[in-house]
Amino acid sequence: MALRWLWMLVPGRGGWNPCSKSPGQALEEERHVRANDRDYNERFNYADNRIKTAKYNVFTFLPINLFEQFQRFANAYFLVLLILQLIPEISSLSWFTTIVPLVLVLAITAVKDATDDYFRHKSDQQVNTRQSQVLIKGKLQNEKWMNVRVGDIIKLENNQFVAADLLLLSSSEPYGLCYIETAELDGETNLKVRQALTVTSDLGDDVEKLADFNGEVICEPPNNKLDKFTGTLYWKDNKYPLDNEKMLLRGCVLRNTEWCFGLVIFAGLQTKLMQNCGRTKFKRTSIDKLMNTLVLWIFGFLICMGIILAIGNTIWEQKVGSSFWEYLQWKELSINAVFSGFLTFWSYIIILNTVVPISLYVSVEVLRLGHSYFINWDRRMYYSPKDTPAEARTTTLNEELGQVEFIFSDKTGTLTQNIMVFNKCSINGKTYGDVYDEFGHKVDITEKTPCVDFSFNPLMDRKFRFHDSSLVEAIKLEEPLVQEFFRLLALCHTIMPEERNEGELVYQAQSPDEGALVTAARNFGFVFRSRTPETITLYEMGQAVTYQLLAILDFNNVRKRMSVIVRNPKGQLKLYSKGADTVLFDRLDPSNEELMSTTSEHLNEFAGEGLRTLALAYKDLDEDVFDEWMKKLLFASTALENREEKLGALYEEIEQGMLLLGATAIEDKLQEGVPETIACLTLANIKIWVLTGDKLETAMNIGYSCNMLRDDMNKVFIISGHTTLEVQQELRTAKEIITGPSKDKFSSGLDMDKTELYSSDSVFEETIIAEYALIINGHSLAHALEADLEQILVDVACLCKTVICCRVTPLQKALVVELIKRHKRAVTLAIGDGANDVSMINTAHIGVGISGQEGMQAVLASDYSFAQFRYLQRLLLVHGRWSYHRMCNFLCYFFYKNFAFTLVHFWYGFLCGFSAQTVYDQWFITLFNIVYTSLPVLAMGLFDQDVNEQYSLHYPNLYRPGQLNQLFNKRKFFTCTLQGVCTSFILFFIPYGAFMSAVRDDGAHISDQQAFAVTISTSLVIVVSVQIGLDTNYWTAVNHFFIWGSLAVYFAILFAMHSDGIFTIFPNQFPFIGTARNTLNQKIVWLVILLTTVVCIMPMVAVRFIKADLYPTQTDKVRLLQQATRRQGPQEQNFRRVRRTSSRRSAYAFSHQQGYGELITSGKNMKVPTSSTSTYPLSSPTRGPAGTSSVNNSWVNDTSRDQTETYNTGFRRESDQNQEVTVEDLEAR
Amino acid sequence: MMASSYNAKDEDGHHPGSVSSGGPGAVKSKKPDNTAFKQQRLPAWQPILTAGTVLPAFFMIGLIFIPIGIGLLVTSNNIKEFEVDYTGVDMSSPCFNCAQNYSWNSTSGCTCSVPFTLDQPFESNVFMYYGLSNFYQNHRRYVKSRDDSQLNGDKSSLLNPSKECEPYRTSDKKPIAPCGAIANSLFNDTLELFYNHPNGSRIAINLVKTGIAWWTDKHVKFRNPGGINNNLSVVFQDTSKPVNWHKAVYELDPSDPDNNGFINEDFIVWMRTAALPTFRKLYRIIQKKKDNMTPTLPPGNYSLDVTYNYPVRSFDGRKRMILSTISWMGGKNPFLGIAYITVGSVCFFLGVVLLIIHHKYGNRNNNADIPN
Repeated sequence: MALRWLWMLVPGRGGWNPCSKSPGQALEEERHVRANDRDYNERFNYADNRIKTAKYNVFTFLPINLFEQFQRFANAYFLVLLILQLIPEISSLSWFTTIVPLVLVLAITAVKDATDDYFRHKSDQQVNTRQSQVLIKGKLQNEKWMNVRVGDIIKLENNQFVAADLLLLSSSEPYGLCYIETAELDGETNLKVRQALTVTSDLGDDVEKLADFNGEVICEPPNNKLDKFTGTLYWKDNKYPLDNEKMLLRGCVLRNTEWCFGLVIFAGLQTKLMQNCGRTKFKRTSIDKLMNTLVLWIFGFLICMGIILAIGNTIWEQKVGSSFWEYLQWKELSINAVFSGFLTFWSYIIILNTVVPISLYVSVEVLRLGHSYFINWDRRMYYSPKDTPAEARTTTLNEELGQVEFIFSDKTGTLTQNIMVFNKCSINGKTYGDVYDEFGHKVDITEKTPCVDFSFNPLMDRKFRFHDSSLVEAIKLEEPLVQEFFRLLALCHTIMPEERNEGELVYQAQSPDEGALVTAARNFGFVFRSRTPETITLYEMGQAVTYQLLAILDFNNVRKRMSVIVRNPKGQLKLYSKGADTVLFDRLDPSNEELMSTTSEHLNEFAGEGLRTLALAYKDLDEDVFDEWMKKLLFASTALENREEKLGALYEEIEQGMLLLGATAIEDKLQEGVPETIACLTLANIKIWVLTGDKLETAMNIGYSCNMLRDDMNKVFIISGHTTLEVQQELRTAKEIITGPSKDKFSSGLDMDKTELYSSDSVFEETIIAEYALIINGHSLAHALEADLEQILVDVACLCKTVICCRVTPLQKALVVELIKRHKRAVTLAIGDGANDVSMINTAHIGVGISGQEGMQAVLASDYSFAQFRYLQRLLLVHGRWSYHRMCNFLCYFFYKNFAFTLVHFWYGFLCGFSAQTVYDQWFITLFNIVYTSLPVLAMGLFDQDVNEQYSLHYPNLYRPGQLNQLFNKRKFFTCTLQGVCTSFILFFIPYGAFMSAVRDDGAHISDQQAFAVTISTSLVIVVSVQIGLDTNYWTAVNHFFIWGSLAVYFAILFAMHSDGIFTIFPNQFPFIGTARNTLNQKIVWLVILLTTVVCIMPMVAVRFIKADLYPTQTDKVRLLQQATRRQGPQEQNFRRVRRTSSRRSAYAFSHQQGYGELITSGKNMKVPTSSTSTYPLSSPTRGPAGTSSVNNSWVNDTSRDQTETYNTGFRRESDQNQEVTVEDLEAR
Repeated sequence: MMASSYNAKDEDGHHPGSVSSGGPGAVKSKKPDNTAFKQQRLPAWQPILTAGTVLPAFFMIGLIFIPIGIGLLVTSNNIKEFEVDYTGVDMSSPCFNCAQNYSWNSTSGCTCSVPFTLDQPFESNVFMYYGLSNFYQNHRRYVKSRDDSQLNGDKSSLLNPSKECEPYRTSDKKPIAPCGAIANSLFNDTLELFYNHPNGSRIAINLVKTGIAWWTDKHVKFRNPGGINNNLSVVFQDTSKPVNWHKAVYELDPSDPDNNGFINEDFIVWMRTAALPTFRKLYRIIQKKKDNMTPTLPPGNYSLDVTYNYPVRSFDGRKRMILSTISWMGGKNPFLGIAYITVGSVCFFLGVVLLIIHHKYGNRNNNADIPN
């Protein structure tokens, strides 16, 4: 609910941007806020805490909305037409022909805007009336949020939203600490620490003292920098510097802190959250752009027709018209032929304006909205564990989903679940984790494989699954090395335990790997139960054992290992170490040689299965050696210079000669169905690039487990050069290898240049059968993205089947997307879940966010969101393909219809002296587009399915036409307008021929204008109805209803308008009295209509049949197949499962952050256990659907850490989208 | 359908407790409804253009259209039609003098008599039309130059006609009734038909001048102001006649009050503007003889007596008198018959061509190879 609240608070892309409306305080250079002094603060006119995202109120709605709408080209165009129509000399059509559709269009849009705005009002209202406790006149009073003023002191309680940007004054926690969750602000789920100034934290919750607090804050003016704040507090003649660590920003949630007091610095629209919103840019689809071009073309065409007819008029007036003066005089005799031509031009512009379809834009919007709803409603994109349905957050991009060529995917949280599972291990040269049947064959582990029973252990974690029972037997047999192995896992980590109820342990792990390892140890009987800064308490097979924690040799990127030194109850000193095998193997005792090679073999095996491995080792320490070392350590840790290096050297010194225990293998669990989805999308010719902040090895591992990398690939290029030259060389080599062999296929006479010429050609790309993969490192990517290398990068990357970019910064992700957008002119889609993906999501044509996670940033920035990567397949192959197909058919038909409708006037011009006389009744012109023909085509655009969903998914290459832009392009447009022109020609000239000498069967003449009009308009309505019938592939009841209904409505309205009654009321508006009756009761008229319809339709039928018969497209074939199988009834089909081929690779992964050791030993993050249990009455281990997870809550992320020194590998969130993550060098082995 | 293996799990895979753990049970699942509409599974008819449907359609159209066309053509050919051009362009034409001299300003009519011969008897009712060529009754400025409300007998419009009628709205400061260019250019030739009996006598043929307009026009659309019984000269006293007219609107047919004023049928027929610049309008009906034994118009010599009032020379127009019988499909209309036969044949031929193509080349592509 919090998420929804925030969403309502921040208007969507393309929506109203409240920031632009912030009151004219741009001149504010410095902010003065005095606590508890409203009179003083009011002098500055700071924004109050009321937020207003709504655009209109009741009175301003009409003028503002109309003004906005007329800024659109189409609406303005029709307004101009309307004005033209008011000039009597020009007006060839009554004003209502334009104003009725225009008003309708404006009204639909206005209703939509009004509804949007109404919801904004409601959400504003909801937010504004939230309650908060404000200190007023020495008393805490409940106030609505909107009444909170700058300078007020407010009290927040646990799990409350922060009402405004506050300066933290005091809190319930020691040292004035307080914990906040900033997920809504920046997507980071870690709790963050804020600490009040000591002087203010001494105020505590003493209301009197707080009421007397009269410090003045002078700080920066409102801005949108979330991570920066500078200001000074003046209090009692002292100056205290303020920074971001003392600020609570609006949108955060207070966690783990019973209460805190804060001073409002920025309120309402001036808060950082509000200043941050609305930076979204408006995305448009390629069809949109094409449509605009086409409308301009049509406009040009319209003007051409106008000119032709105007010239015709001039000539006619000169040659013929002048002799008609006796019958046909101008009001002023002075009007000459040229001027008449000029007027005629405008008259024809008015008449022919319907070629530019006024209802096009509205109809397209309606369709897209409908398609979006279908996405929202799709149960197969609903993820029940998280109760998240898919959501189309942008309603304007649907058809582009059918044209995607490149997918850029984040790894962690998108492809993987970011859940680590202890999968296998190797202890003392023996592997555990595989299950064998009675014949000694390896058994595939599935859901049904029996799990090991851990019931001997009351402290077990029920969710933990392990299938190999031999390990438990080994534990029960008390094999010392196995015990030591799990003891190590239980001791050597930086996890914080939390025991809410007896036996209900929750581990707060900062890296999921560690969590998995400790959980494994817990289940195997080595339960890590509690820790203090000096001790660690384990329950070893049910018995409490307390170890003295002497030192934590923390992890960092260079060391790639961590160790602890403990003293066990027997007084023995032990060093336990875990880390990357390469690092650890170098520091082993020489006696371990044999074990090392066995373990190394096992490690390779694990890595081959895509598992993340760690090696474990231990060492017994001598008391004397340790004492000596400890002294040095204490000395080094107080050193002022080079402390890091000195500590590093000391760690190195003691971590020598260790004894190998074994290795662990952790599965980085993929999201469900990821390999299958990737395989399917690849078959649909969509290129998937993985852009990840992870390390090369991790990324490669995932690449293999997703089946993006395979052993049967010809070559995997790894680009990890450090200089531009190296990178260039590597890219060149790669390209030569790829293009080299295929050069032989061409005649050998072709020189190198020619081959290079070809290589940028997509046709050439197709000819490369061999499969290559490109893996590029972040620091190399930085060079490759430079202007002179980007072309070769694009070339090489597009020649490869798989591209993985690892260790990329958020900015680089966006650059890569931008690169492809620029060079390939292809539709790109970016999918991600975290704040670090926001830039990429914003850059790509389509951004998809993985929802249902804690962070909101990616989802907020995205165009579509759903809970699982695999839904992408359905989104693209089903919804996208359908949307594209529907939209294209819709547009083709729409243009066809309008041309057929309008151009009849053009032909008539030649027979009526180019006088801009209309063929149809004016009411028919008014209603044709909006009543007679709008609904069938809308129904087609909403419901049509050329191929049903199963086949869409089963034959991914049905997706190809969208990528090739085959269903609607300029050629297609030309074809369908040509068809429209032909139809209009037939529609005019067949009745013309028939009416030359026709009379009624009672002898009265019928070749009059009104009968002619009725005949042609009836033919037209029937022809376009038949045509939409032909275009409709999927006749639902709605289609039937609309098509037949439209015809019925046409006749009903026709007869109504031609009835006696309406004529006697408005004789001047309905002069067609009786025409319908007198015309449509004639057999000859129906014969004409029948003939016209057949002549218009049959050629189209023949052409379509021939096309489908001789050159069937993929779609045609599948449709036939579908029809055939439908008759036989549904049948189960076997679908290939994507299997990973086993391979032997080695990958070492260790995801960890530095600095936690210090936090633990200092005890800063140890909490009083009572407070934590009381604040969490809910302690179900499963995550609730409300979105807030209780698992992460008490993990304290020490924010004092210098963030640039660390990077989270494998840990999901890159710290901030704007912050460049330091690129770290890694040797790839 | 590779995703289908997961779908089943989604549909019924509510994790136990995953929904309820969130709060006091009030949280409604956001799972979309399982309706055919929302899941886009509406039952539907999915037609495909296959040989089985398209080819028969072509043959059917061919088989239906050709007989219709033949029927139309035969019917059309059976209709007797005779046309006399009495414009008087040629020196030899009896109306040459009238055509030369006449203009709108002439006060007295010019008469001429055009002889013609019917070779065949005209049976049943015979319809007499006047035809005009090159007359742009469909010109926009012409078409809109009328006031339907005035013609419908509206008193205020009578005295204050619509602006559309300009410049034929007022004359001598009085409103014109009927106003506008259409009314102003009313066809006002008088045509009379005589049968020159072989015995030398000249028998006038009775021409019925009512029943030539649409019923709706006569009874609904056109009405005299002030009802039927009023004295029309009084009703129209404050108006002036159209400039080109020789007599006022209430003098169009003084003999018959039901055919006078705005509801004069010649006037109504004229006011129904033609769609094309060459047109014919019904002028008179020659009713069939009561005895049914003798043809309405026996073959022989006739003469058409024209009171030549309507000048067309200025715009190269032609004036014709047409005598025609009619059938179920109206007058003579060879176009439709020919068109039907042509379209029917083309469809049939196309059907054959498509059949051949389909048999020779079509089958090899069907169903054969669907990659993936």
